[in-house]
Amino acid sequence: MPQNYVPIFIFIAVVAVMIPLPLLLAKLVRPENPSKAKLMPYECGIDPVDNSRGRYTVRYYIVAILFVVFDVETIFLFPWAVKFKAFGVFGLVEMLVFLAILVVGYIWIWKKGALEWI
Amino acid sequence: MLSIETFVVVSVIKIVIALFVLLTAVAYTVWLERKVVGHIQNRWGPTRVGPFGLLQPLADGIKFIFKEDLTPPHVYKPLYIAAPMIALICALTSIAVIPIGNWVTIGGVHTPLQITDLNIGLLIILGITSLGVYGVALAGWSSNSKYSLLGGLRASAQMVSYEVSLGLSLIGVLIVAGSFSLRDIVDGQGGHFWGFIPKWNIFYGGQFVAFFIYLISAYAETNRVPFDLPEAESELVAGYHTEYSAMKFAMFFMAEYANMITVACVASLLFLGGWHGPVFGPPILQAILPVFWFVLRVFGFLFVYIWVRGTLPRFRYDQLMAFGWKFLLPLAIANLVITALVVAWRA
Repeated sequence: MPQNYVPIFIFIAVVAVMIPLPLLLAKLVRPENPSKAKLMPYECGIDPVDNSRGRYTVRYYIVAILFVVFDVETIFLFPWAVKFKAFGVFGLVEMLVFLAILVVGYIWIWKKGALEWI
Repeated sequence: MLSIETFVVVSVIKIVIALFVLLTAVAYTVWLERKVVGHIQNRWGPTRVGPFGLLQPLADGIKFIFKEDLTPPHVYKPLYIAAPMIALICALTSIAVIPIGNWVTIGGVHTPLQITDLNIGLLIILGITSLGVYGVALAGWSSNSKYSLLGGLRASAQMVSYEVSLGLSLIGVLIVAGSFSLRDIVDGQGGHFWGFIPKWNIFYGGQFVAFFIYLISAYAETNRVPFDLPEAESELVAGYHTEYSAMKFAMFFMAEYANMITVACVASLLFLGGWHGPVFGPPILQAILPVFWFVLRVFGFLFVYIWVRGTLPRFRYDQLMAFGWKFLLPLAIANLVITALVVAWRA
């Protein structure tokens, strides 16, 4: 029923109004005396060197790519799972083939070392 | 059928009550955590503010408002301010589809004990909680500080890694229940088999393994011990919220605990039979008892969360990633295939 989605939007609206309120309230009552040391990036009291948005390990990109592959696969599985009983043997075999292809890919990325974090 | 005005009014009333209860629950989960971890470590926890320190959350809230809120000049301001709000909105909104009990009739209005009953409730929860990653990633990036960036990267990588196992562990439940609606899933778990064992998915549906996959992935999703590497204080200070102070920091804090409560609710609904339990006595008691059983389960989950925090040490990051990708993921796929075969066999 489409009208059942309305309360979610009301909820988001209420929350979106309610959350900035304490920020605005705090703005009225909180002290405001920044100093040079307070405004530096926190690095345990040592003056920061170099840009903080430097290079970082490529592993994070690989994890992101793997996530996209496997999450899309999960999304394919969701509607199949809900209608599983209606599909019968046909649905079961179809999905076993799909999973078999996926597992072959999974073994391949494991052998390639994409899952190692070194 | 309700008229449109009644529908909107009833929805708004339910939203206000749900938000009030949720935020109070968040505040007292923090209190519970401090108290329980305190006792685990042979200390008292909060005792000063009110009896048993029960007013501590209130005192903390007042302190957060009166604290100086620094916005350092090196941050990217729009995202820096938006990030905690995204995290908190995503954490709170998922409560909108969680049912806490049966239908009730109050003042002639017949309504479910749930803000809205959607036939894709589980998908909505998964979608909204996944959006929470944006809050963490944007906070880490926009802070423009090394600790924050590393914490944000770690948190996002960890959350997306365990999301795969989390999603796969739920598919077994979906096969057994045949519906995305949380209410239908709970209704399918009523009754007993072999005389006394309740027909919860963890027993009757054979989702025992899926339950533990879900639990472990959920701990990683919410960045809790033993997967709290994004905020590993011994190496990253405070992770993605290093540069946040006062109310903005409180928002990340509240988002984390609201996510914990959502996880506890979903685990109770999907695996432990939701609000099913012995119902007896006069009509008013019969209406309240299911809610009581549900809250009891959620409380149990939160207690285990805290217990785990008081007991386990932290993983190393490569161990965390290997555990998620090389152990939980194949286990979840195997569980899914076996569940499908068993359900097909039974049919």
